[in-house]
Amino acid sequence: MAEITLVEAIRQAMDEEMARDESVFIVGEDVGKRGGVFRATVGLFEKYGEKRVIDSPLAELSIVGVGIGAALYGMRPICEIQFADFIYPAFNQIVSEAAKMCYRSNGDWTVPMVIRAPYGGGIGGGLYHSQSVEAFFAHVPGLKVIIPSNPYDAKGLLKSAVRDPNPVIYLEPKKGYRLIRGEVPEGEEILVPIGPANVSRPGSDLSLFAYGMMHYYALQAAQKAAEEGIDVEVVDLRTLYPVDRETILNSVRKTGKALIVHEDNLSGGYGAEVAATIAEGAFTSLDAPVRRLCGPDVPAVPFSHPMQEWFMPNPQKILQAIRELAAF
Amino acid sequence: MATKVIMPQLGESVVEGTVTRWLKKEGETVEEFESLLEVNTDKVDSEIPSPAAGTLLKIVVPEGETVRAGTVIAWIGEPGESILEEGGAGRPSAAEKPQAAPSVSPAAVPAPGRDRDLGFISPVVARLAQEYQVDLTQIKGTGQGGRITKKDVLAYLEQRGKQPAEEQPAIWETPGEGDLFRPTELMFPGGQPPAETRATPAVQPAAEAPAAGRLIPHSKMRKSIAEHMVFSKRTAPHVTTVMEADLKNVVAHREANKALFARDGVNLTYTAYFAAAAVAALKAYPQVNSSWSDEGLILHAEINLGIAVSLGEEGLIVPVIRRADGLSLLGLARAINDLASRARAHRLLPDEVRGGTFSITNHGIGGSLFATPIINQPQCGILGVGAIQKRAVVVEGDAIAVRPMVYLSFTFDHRILDGASADGFLGKVVETLQNWPA
Repeated sequence: MAEITLVEAIRQAMDEEMARDESVFIVGEDVGKRGGVFRATVGLFEKYGEKRVIDSPLAELSIVGVGIGAALYGMRPICEIQFADFIYPAFNQIVSEAAKMCYRSNGDWTVPMVIRAPYGGGIGGGLYHSQSVEAFFAHVPGLKVIIPSNPYDAKGLLKSAVRDPNPVIYLEPKKGYRLIRGEVPEGEEILVPIGPANVSRPGSDLSLFAYGMMHYYALQAAQKAAEEGIDVEVVDLRTLYPVDRETILNSVRKTGKALIVHEDNLSGGYGAEVAATIAEGAFTSLDAPVRRLCGPDVPAVPFSHPMQEWFMPNPQKILQAIRELAAF
Repeated sequence: MATKVIMPQLGESVVEGTVTRWLKKEGETVEEFESLLEVNTDKVDSEIPSPAAGTLLKIVVPEGETVRAGTVIAWIGEPGESILEEGGAGRPSAAEKPQAAPSVSPAAVPAPGRDRDLGFISPVVARLAQEYQVDLTQIKGTGQGGRITKKDVLAYLEQRGKQPAEEQPAIWETPGEGDLFRPTELMFPGGQPPAETRATPAVQPAAEAPAAGRLIPHSKMRKSIAEHMVFSKRTAPHVTTVMEADLKNVVAHREANKALFARDGVNLTYTAYFAAAAVAALKAYPQVNSSWSDEGLILHAEINLGIAVSLGEEGLIVPVIRRADGLSLLGLARAINDLASRARAHRLLPDEVRGGTFSITNHGIGGSLFATPIINQPQCGILGVGAIQKRAVVVEGDAIAVRPMVYLSFTFDHRILDGASADGFLGKVVETLQNWPA
């Protein structure tokens, strides 16, 4: 079995789906000749041609608008937003059009579209290349929101997303593109279902909920905590919307303590939804207050390196939060 | 020798009282029977008279503190007199500082392990404690600030699982000793008296609980009603017999006399007639005005009639009409008016909720036709009065007439009465009502 990077897994998924289904095409900025600024589409332009790997104008509204139109016409677009930070011009198209199409047409019309967007900080990207946008979309019924944390899931979930009849927001932890490596079987169809969370590390002392880059850090912190005798259960949420409440609740019912980690800002962040789910469904199993470790409530991830480090959760900060919660 | 002031038992099922106000300060003189303090219980507010004349040497229980009946709450004696401690060793009281108060104050000397602050109890610890009947005071906390964690409870349960919990004997099963009126602290050196016997010592979680509902904590009154009811059912074999009475004469009498009574400020209720009929029947069947004891049947010299008064959601209370056999219909009606209104205002005196020898419950107020009331221990029986309804009945001469009818149920202690004697008593009640003189 080959060990590949996260971004390679994403590329493979698109390659396989395009080969399988002629209606699948890619549209986005620099996705064609350039192969994408993160090289996620490298080789696909050469393989499938300019009609299936389309270099778009620098206009996110139109990338998504074109995607919706093509999807309604029977195509299966994969729209790439170069950085999640740039998705806002398309927000109206995503939330008011794509998300509502199936509902508003009583199921007659659907938008089988995937919007891929690299998100997150820690790469020196500064204010406009570091944002986390999941909370905006995980609030919208009609959308599905996925954030993979490893190559296997990245490939399996993206292939499922392409085949989904409704719009999927697929957010990629850009810091992990080449940092996160993992084994992915070759020559085998990998489909990871949208929805279920994954207990990536069983444990008994406390439950740690994370996704994307923070899940990668969470596993490292859990490993360190184990050396100190704290048995952490790590749950990779993977699909943020619709979320797998049962797995969250079952874990908390077992451990009695919950720590939620994300790099997005604390207030109104996705962790609030997880915390509320726990409070509603596992209150009598709680042995400690639900704890969130998140990005601070400042307007952006700063560009200055020390300030960026201050903003971002990392394995050390997660380990400290684990220690505190375990000691409660 | 200094005299103890003891928290009185203000009612049969009242086990504790709260000192609401001291009417005398330490060092002030007080006459015997002069009001010394105000006490509040779940049933009544009351002024407590001083048991002796002298100087209030020491207040042991401050205002706002709740203690069990029997607790020493103050000392009265001559100025400078030593307070005799329970151990017999005298101590000069004048120089005493609060921390050196007689060792009988539960507030000053919390029993180790019992009254200690448990700290934060997390939802899961609370749930486990309930499911497995765990006394959390028995668990040492290892969490932050000594908090009891889920792990602490699980470890305790595992330990307990190895040694099955000993059943604590019920308080009434432990041999008695000493005088009856000793302070509770001496009767229960561990602090609180043992709680109710543990019915579920086994480590078994509640089987497949239904969907989680809402837990409403019991009020003091709810708890004492529950204890009373269960105790009564366990104590006496209950049998209920039912008869009906034609209230034609009673209704006519009430219509004719209502205005007259109102002039005396009395609301003439039907309850007064039932009370009067019960008194007449109790006189005719004195063995109903009794209490069972293993040595023999205690026939009560007085007829003290308890009248159940509903307090709505709060529960109910049974004030007692003392020497009801000496009261006319007017006297009974007045007493019932007075007790019922003061019961609803929580202004009953302690003596007015105890010492009953027979009880009446007027469940017909809510439309109930007949019921099977539970005996108010240690009485022999209770009369249940249903709703008065106009019904077509067959009267003399095989005619059908419309009459105001009522079902009367009589629940009695089958240890004392048999069906025949019980029916004799109830028949007398019916007869009295039906033959009410115009």
